[in-house]
Amino acid sequence: MALTVSAQRIPYLKALVHLAALYPLINLYYTAIDDRLGADPVEAVIHFTGIGALNLLLISLLISPAAKFFKMGFLIQFRRIIGLYAFTYAVCHLLNFLSFEVQFDLQLFVDEIFERPYITVGMTAFLFLLALAVTSTAKVRRKMKRKWQTLHNFSYLIGLLVVIHFYWSVKSEIIEPLIYIAIYALLMALRHQKLRGWVKKIRPR
Amino acid sequence: MLIKTTTHSSCKEHQITDEKVYFERRDMLKKMGFFGAGALLSGTAGASVFDIFSDDQPTAIFKQNALKYSPAGDYNGTLTPEAKVVSHNNFYEFGAQKHQPAELSQGFKVNPWQLKISGEVENPLTLDHDDLYSSFDLEERIYRLRCVEAWSMVVPWIGFSLADLVKKAKPTSKAKYLAFETLHDPQQMPGQRSRRLGGGIDYPYLEGLRIDEAMNPLALMSVGLYGKTLPPQNGAPIRLVVPWKYGFKSIKSVVGIKFVEKQPPTTWNILAANEYGFYANVNPAVDHPRWSQASERRITTGGIFAQNRIATLPFNGYGEEVAGLYSGMNLRKYY
Repeated sequence: MALTVSAQRIPYLKALVHLAALYPLINLYYTAIDDRLGADPVEAVIHFTGIGALNLLLISLLISPAAKFFKMGFLIQFRRIIGLYAFTYAVCHLLNFLSFEVQFDLQLFVDEIFERPYITVGMTAFLFLLALAVTSTAKVRRKMKRKWQTLHNFSYLIGLLVVIHFYWSVKSEIIEPLIYIAIYALLMALRHQKLRGWVKKIRPR
Repeated sequence: MLIKTTTHSSCKEHQITDEKVYFERRDMLKKMGFFGAGALLSGTAGASVFDIFSDDQPTAIFKQNALKYSPAGDYNGTLTPEAKVVSHNNFYEFGAQKHQPAELSQGFKVNPWQLKISGEVENPLTLDHDDLYSSFDLEERIYRLRCVEAWSMVVPWIGFSLADLVKKAKPTSKAKYLAFETLHDPQQMPGQRSRRLGGGIDYPYLEGLRIDEAMNPLALMSVGLYGKTLPPQNGAPIRLVVPWKYGFKSIKSVVGIKFVEKQPPTTWNILAANEYGFYANVNPAVDHPRWSQASERRITTGGIFAQNRIATLPFNGYGEEVAGLYSGMNLRKYY
């Protein structure tokens, strides 16, 4: 199956991606400000943006294997925008925690980042994601040459950190995080040749 | 043993949405949500955000009855609105997400009910449904409820002192602890049927108190809130309320209280002993391993911009009444 999409159609499809990513976010804050988001809107916005960021990150990791397998090369053009929306949701997630959960108690914010392993892991993932976001433009990519790919391979590590962050954050309801860990493992399995290549480079026989 | 008889007043089968159908439909929607364009919609924001869930409202709403009780005096503070008290619940028997108990419990049957008081007592007794409301004088008490997850509410409960029940049962000299048990009825409680929905807990839910804690005047057996009988999501028909302890100690839908000699096993302690102790007294100085307990978010009104973060007080502010129970105990060790 090889599907091609003409270059003129791409902007329309991108507009659709913008809409699909932004609408839930706008709707979320609209209902949260209006106090119609359940009894604890703070918990709701934190969870929603966190899960949203993870979903988008996993979709972005699905793009290149899907493009290869289905021979739909045009999909690669959507990887950056979806990655950037994963970052946008992660920014919202972090800002929700800072502004609505700890309510700008900066001391508490910093303490929580360093004292709680699951938040430390989440924050580490966020910093990597930030690095990928600021180097995502075509201009920077050209400048960085081969280093760019090395840096952006960190998306695999980010995925791992984020599913661990989710798993560690729940009280006892681990099944949903386990499903995400399984999806992440599947996405990595699709790249087994590439990953095996790295391992060989690190440990030459 | 719980003996079940059908009475004319109980809810008829055809009047409620079959929970199995109801749950499976929801489950299906969620599974679909993991993939494709709907991926963003899955997760936790819940029914109010997206219209695709809007037909998931239960068809039968649980009927709460008005209660006769002596009202509490004036309270200078803000109560958590009733709508939030009955829609934001940790009651994993009806689903581990906060909005699920209110949605999945509306067909719950509380009549007939039997609360069995047994064990090391001279006067074992069983309270039937009607006895829960008539055996003791009911009074309203406005208590702060502090969840171990660092949110809190202020709730006007109605009930009677646990101490009155203990006195009626006449504990023997061997009775050192009380072991509480929630109803185990997977037919009615979907979280007990599905590990995913029930948060991976082994049921029935168990809790316990030391007998001197149970005798403290603050310990309440609650049968109502906001002037009416309890709705299922808040622990109908009868639950414990121990306001100086984290919320998970205040066990819901109680069917058994057994007086025992040794400290009884308790559900969250079995699940993660390093995170949840037997005592579980509210203590801002002892953090949960994964989050701070120094402050809390008080749930009232106002959406996400409500500035509601307040300092957590030792024993949830009830130190004057209960601190004496723990004198000489290392509360870091016995958290």
